[in-house]
Amino acid sequence: MLLIGVIASVIGVLICLQIDWFPTEGSTQSEEIDTLYDVLLIVSVPIFVLVMTIAIYSVFAFRAKPGDKGDGAHIHGNTKLEIVWVTIPFMIVSALAIYGWVVLDDIEAKKPNELVVNVTGEQFTWSFDYPDEKVKSNELVLPVDRPVHFEIHAKDVLHSFWVPAFRMKQDAVPGITTNTRVTPNKEGTYEVVCAELCGIGHATMRQQVRVISSAEFDKWVKDRSEGGAAPEEGESPMAAGRQIFTSAGCNACHTLADANANAQVGPDLDELPDVAATREKGTSAEDYVQESIVDPDALVVKGFPAGTMPKNFADQLTPEEIDTLVQYLLGESKTEKSK
Amino acid sequence: MAVALRRFTGPGWYRALLGTLLAAAFALGLVVLLRELYGYDPIVDWDAIVTVMLIAAPLGFLVGIGCFDYWFYWASGKPTRPEDHSGHGAYSWRDYFRVNTDHKVIGIQYIVTTVFFFFFGGLLAMLMRAELAAPGSQFVDPNTFNGLFSVHASLMIFLFIIPVFAGIANYVLPLMIGAPDMAFPRLNALSYWMLPLAGIMMTASFFAPGGSFATGWTAYAPLSTDTPLGQTFFTLGVQFAGASSIATALNFLVTIITMRAPGMTFWRMPLLVWANFTTSLLVVIATPFIAGSQFFVLFDRALHTDFFQPGAGGDVIMYQHVFWFYSHPAVYIMMLPGFGIISEVISTNARKPVFGYRMMAFSLMAIVVLGFTVWAHHMFVSGMHSWLRVPMMITTMLIAVPTGIKIFSWLATLWRGVIHLTTPMLFALGFITMFTLGGISGIVLAVVPVDIHVSDTYFVVAHIHYVLFGGSVFTIFAGIYHWFPKMTGRMYDERLGKLHFWLSFIFFNLTFGPMHFVGVDGMPRRVADYADQFATLNAIISASSFIFGLSMLIWLYNMISSWRHGPKAAANPWRAHTIEWQVSSPPPVFNFDKVPTVVGGPYEYGIPGAQHAVFDDKKPVPAATKPVVAHE
Repeated sequence: MLLIGVIASVIGVLICLQIDWFPTEGSTQSEEIDTLYDVLLIVSVPIFVLVMTIAIYSVFAFRAKPGDKGDGAHIHGNTKLEIVWVTIPFMIVSALAIYGWVVLDDIEAKKPNELVVNVTGEQFTWSFDYPDEKVKSNELVLPVDRPVHFEIHAKDVLHSFWVPAFRMKQDAVPGITTNTRVTPNKEGTYEVVCAELCGIGHATMRQQVRVISSAEFDKWVKDRSEGGAAPEEGESPMAAGRQIFTSAGCNACHTLADANANAQVGPDLDELPDVAATREKGTSAEDYVQESIVDPDALVVKGFPAGTMPKNFADQLTPEEIDTLVQYLLGESKTEKSK
Repeated sequence: MAVALRRFTGPGWYRALLGTLLAAAFALGLVVLLRELYGYDPIVDWDAIVTVMLIAAPLGFLVGIGCFDYWFYWASGKPTRPEDHSGHGAYSWRDYFRVNTDHKVIGIQYIVTTVFFFFFGGLLAMLMRAELAAPGSQFVDPNTFNGLFSVHASLMIFLFIIPVFAGIANYVLPLMIGAPDMAFPRLNALSYWMLPLAGIMMTASFFAPGGSFATGWTAYAPLSTDTPLGQTFFTLGVQFAGASSIATALNFLVTIITMRAPGMTFWRMPLLVWANFTTSLLVVIATPFIAGSQFFVLFDRALHTDFFQPGAGGDVIMYQHVFWFYSHPAVYIMMLPGFGIISEVISTNARKPVFGYRMMAFSLMAIVVLGFTVWAHHMFVSGMHSWLRVPMMITTMLIAVPTGIKIFSWLATLWRGVIHLTTPMLFALGFITMFTLGGISGIVLAVVPVDIHVSDTYFVVAHIHYVLFGGSVFTIFAGIYHWFPKMTGRMYDERLGKLHFWLSFIFFNLTFGPMHFVGVDGMPRRVADYADQFATLNAIISASSFIFGLSMLIWLYNMISSWRHGPKAAANPWRAHTIEWQVSSPPPVFNFDKVPTVVGGPYEYGIPGAQHAVFDDKKPVPAATKPVVAHE
């Protein structure tokens, strides 16, 4: 039985370690957490196998023969055995707790040359503010290999700032500032996810974080602080609009086929080109859409609650970006229609 | 005319209807009058009226159906009817639909009511899984979806797992300790009747304007203080379920302490009694905290206080501390009675004494004490004081020690037994497997750095379903099958029982196992929509969950058809030693025609002729002269 148990444990551990459990490792923190998780797996599997081996062996070895009315052995306990199964689990969990503590101290340690980013969660979007660089953005952009200190705020209810690729998560709490530290170490685009139930748009409160080289980051900061980047050469206005739509978090609440968005918190924007011109008397389609972005409560579409859409897009986006977005929203679906 | 009038003056459903309507009218009048006096606009504010109605109408119902009649007689100085026992026992199905003071009737009332809500809650889960079968939006809008999982969890926790254990113990525990009934039969009846009210309230929230409560069963502020009226149905429903729970726990404590049969020392009590003793301690200490947290939410909503409003000095994280100070011990409230059931089932079906009986009882006590020191492990990413995390991690992991004692002791009980694989035994073995997995994923969650990543993901969903379904609900199935012959006087269908076990065991794992993977891979919980990368596993989960749900219908059919047509059960079909099996199935109205005297331990299997209790034909031993030590 011992042999079977050992073999099963080894096989179990190997299988568990073969499973691709985690998303991309995008930060130094993620490497330590993944290793810790693997260690927990290696410790857990033999314990589970032990329990299963004894249970299954007992069922086969001690199963009553048909018609057997007898009783089992009259055993009330065994003090030595009981001391063993108090002491060994105690030592195992103590060791794991100490290991966990060490890792915790390590991943949260303050590091030199930190980039400070203010994160603000609100129903149902994230916005980011780089106080030292004096840049505001709806898209999180980080330089690779530089430690980041996030200071996290919430405007309305609880949210939770989570980048699965970084492994770090921290609730955004109204009234206080919470914080977390991450050192991204791999360039790429990852998801920012809200992990704390925050209302009807919670499921689609997803945005993106771009981790780029520090040279690109410096350029991005420079472009932003000079009043926004003009659409890059060769980039179509359509692509630029789609980029703004996604990075500003519009997809968290609205449906738009072209941008792969299917949320239902706010009005369906696939229908916008058909109704924009006539929705508000005396206002052109462009003006109506522009007004709806910067002052969403001026006219709320019937069937939707007022006060749901953030009112700060005028601060978050440059006028040029808003223009691009308006053209995108009005133009995109027309092309969709004509298909 | 006089007959018709008496229908409305005597206790019963007519007067209950009248009481409900009168109380609702009173609520309407009170709110309108007060708003008029204060000059508020508008005078008729339905949110306020419904809130007061939800407090008043249930009380009107309880008075009408007759929960308070005896106490009113007594309080008003009228002659109380000395024990005429008219409210005791069930002689037709109608007796289950009135205020009944018989613990066996109340036990059945509890179990049937809670199983109803179990199926309703399960149906909500099926709708959820239908929506989640593919990314994007299928059947329901996000608000309805948030309502589905909120009501699902609330019903399963407050209307199924916690009270069904109270129901099983209500039936079995007085019999087990040789008592004629619970200590406070009228309080027992009141406890039961508060329960369906709580369930109806939570279910009815779907009809509220703005939809049902949609903030999860955790109802975190300030989301819960700022949502439509449906939230109030949860806030107040919890109060009735909680009051019911507290009153029953007090009843169990007093019953266990004062009403044990002669010779039943604490160290001769079956472990189910120990389990309910410790659970009741948890309930009376912890449950007032959730009542408090929900009252604060109610005040913030209805009276515009600022307990959780950060702009006005309120404290958002405070809510979570108070909530989890109940809701973590609540996990043990939902588990310890199951531990008791498993000890009975395994010992009986392995024909062996429970290994390490005293350590089993001590480990229950250890879990009670430790259970109050771990609440903040639900809050590792909440933004609370960061130093609190490491101590809470350590205490949480230490709970693995007493829990491990229990698992290993059950395994040792199997060792060298004579194992009968009856349906309850299969569920007990399934429980050991699933609960060990749930315990291990609990250790993983307790380690702070890992929890930072997997907190609020499907990994947590997987963990709690392994603990609460593979754990608690499997013990509930084991218990209901085990005592079915005692409760109904009939045997269930063993073949259907085994089919139910294997289908639910396999599809339980296929439903909740893959949730570990999607959780670690980055899928948050409580979402109606998810990233495309999780689509395959979610489709598998949904498909499995439907078969898993259907397997529950086999159980339902087995229970109903066996109750009606099953073969008659003997008094002691399992040849068990505990006292409830020494009386007829079902037991006599007052349990014992002869008072039992306990003469030994409850699990003396393996000693020919060993008895736990004897029924003395000649003279019942007076309770006052309990022999402290009887001959072993």
